[in-house]
Amino acid sequence: MASQSPTPGTERARLATAGARAVTLDSLSNQPKSDVWKGNIFLALLLLAVTLALAGLAAIIIQAAVEGAPAFSTKLLTNGPSTVNPEEAGFRPALVGTLYLILGVILLVVPLGVSAAVYLEEYADGTKWWNRTIELNVQNLAGVPSIIYGILGLAFIVRGPLDLGFILAAGSLTLALLVLPTVILASREAIRAVPPSIREGSLALGATQWQTIRRQVLPAAIPGVVTGVILAISRAIGETAPLLLVGAATFVTFNPTFLGDNGYTALPVLIFNYASRPQDEFRILAAAGVIVMLIVLLAMNAFAVWLRNRYEQQW
Amino acid sequence: MEARDSIGAFGQRGAARPLPSLEAPSHRYGEKLIKVLLGACALLSVVTTTAIVISLLIPTIGFFTEDNIGITEFLFGTSWAPTFQPASFGVLPILVGTLSTSLWGMMFAVPIGLASAIWLSEYASPRARKVVKPVLEVLAGIPTVAIGIFGLVFLSPLIDDIFPFMVNVPPFSAGIAGLAIGLMIVPIIASISDDAMRSVPSGLREAAYGLGATKLKVATRVVFPAAISGVIASLVLAGSRAIGETMVVLLVAGASPNLTFDPGSSVLTMTAFIGQTATGDISTGSITYDTIFAVGSLLFIITLILNMFAIRMVRKYREVYE
Repeated sequence: MASQSPTPGTERARLATAGARAVTLDSLSNQPKSDVWKGNIFLALLLLAVTLALAGLAAIIIQAAVEGAPAFSTKLLTNGPSTVNPEEAGFRPALVGTLYLILGVILLVVPLGVSAAVYLEEYADGTKWWNRTIELNVQNLAGVPSIIYGILGLAFIVRGPLDLGFILAAGSLTLALLVLPTVILASREAIRAVPPSIREGSLALGATQWQTIRRQVLPAAIPGVVTGVILAISRAIGETAPLLLVGAATFVTFNPTFLGDNGYTALPVLIFNYASRPQDEFRILAAAGVIVMLIVLLAMNAFAVWLRNRYEQQW
Repeated sequence: MEARDSIGAFGQRGAARPLPSLEAPSHRYGEKLIKVLLGACALLSVVTTTAIVISLLIPTIGFFTEDNIGITEFLFGTSWAPTFQPASFGVLPILVGTLSTSLWGMMFAVPIGLASAIWLSEYASPRARKVVKPVLEVLAGIPTVAIGIFGLVFLSPLIDDIFPFMVNVPPFSAGIAGLAIGLMIVPIIASISDDAMRSVPSGLREAAYGLGATKLKVATRVVFPAAISGVIASLVLAGSRAIGETMVVLLVAGASPNLTFDPGSSVLTMTAFIGQTATGDISTGSITYDTIFAVGSLLFIITLILNMFAIRMVRKYREVYE
């Protein structure tokens, strides 16, 4: 780490000196009254900013609820989409499609993501260049725009080497690759939070490394891993852009299957499709679809937060 | 004394009998196999990256060689009309479109995100923090298509009402797309900057208080500069997210490749071009197909550079304080 020229100690000292200098200069020009005012105005600005951010969130939810309310009924869940009759249109094929997509994502991403995280945390020697490459690579992949994954899906999975065609399984695979880095990073955090003494105790009793991981480390890390997986899945549910490229944009009125090549669609894609039509009826329908999606996502998020608070362990 | 005695006794016994073998009783091939399997899963991420690079590179090379489009014409051309006759492939209008929506988004998100972060880490009571931070994370989890619809049916008329004198704000504009994108990236800035500021040791704060600093001074002159690498990382990551955002710009930014930073003008971004063009059924090997990949390559390179920089900055603050 030759590039890290300021050592922690000097960096700290420099910052402390800078802070001290600012403070000393300030206390020499003694203006306690105006300090109180400045402090209050600053706090008011901070509160304004937080309020704006929270108001934005509230506005998104309320707007969707108000706009979509006229179309909100069980028809949304039971009826197929329609281009001519928005009053009778629903989201059934898209809901089934999303369900299949997410099922595929979970089946792929949980074993692969957790295995990779276990390798990186428990086995990998961080001084070896290949392990550092993998680590950097996972961090980078987490920041690649989702539409690039769509391009990957189009060129590699739908066409090219895998050549699956525009089927639901290809969409599922694309989404899985998209959320895999998220799952790996979250699982690593969870595994790292298990204290070394647990491992050392197990190893000292004669357990092998894999026995230690399977019987001690993984059970202790499960709440964190599950939280990460839920958050990754909720991202996959709302992801639209990559699906546009791998064939989910087809307008289908029947329930899709996993490998059927008659086209498929997903909830956010159909919402996008309705929203980009000019007629008001379709916009209302899109807003109603957003409510359905937000209810699912908020429930999943709430569950993840509850899980984190419930099982957060202080070692 | 006791300890030394027992060592001596052990030594004597060891000398009397043959030492027990310290080798593992079996070769444990299973353990090694598991390590290899887990390593293979980790290697999958490298495979993914390689696949992304290959899938972008081959059609991009085709774009520049077989389709005979000059690199300078692509990078510096000011007219983007890939499907017209005669077609022109100057990427600048859609690059500027991307930068424009991201810039307007950052203008809105940076002050709000940083102020939220300072409030969360320095002013909020633990109870308020425990409520506000997860709620902000929920905002980060809202699908971008929902934010796009919000921009289209709520923000666009709202801006029209607030600024009626800006008559030429059409329903689709870079400014409104920027506002919606800003809403989307506020939680990224707030969350990462808050983490960075909280990892500043409390000793620094206490020292400043001890010297008579006000809370305002501690927050802005001590904690904020001390956490600057994390703050920069959060801004860069947010910028990279804004550049890569597709659904919001598809819905709100309009689709005209205008070379302008004017917030009232409709623009086409790189992501919107990819999303819009790839939705139709296009045949492999056609110029349109290759164009998607050339634009994708440019987008990938820009976000890769930003992400690498952000990862570096995050590592820096982790190394200084943890």
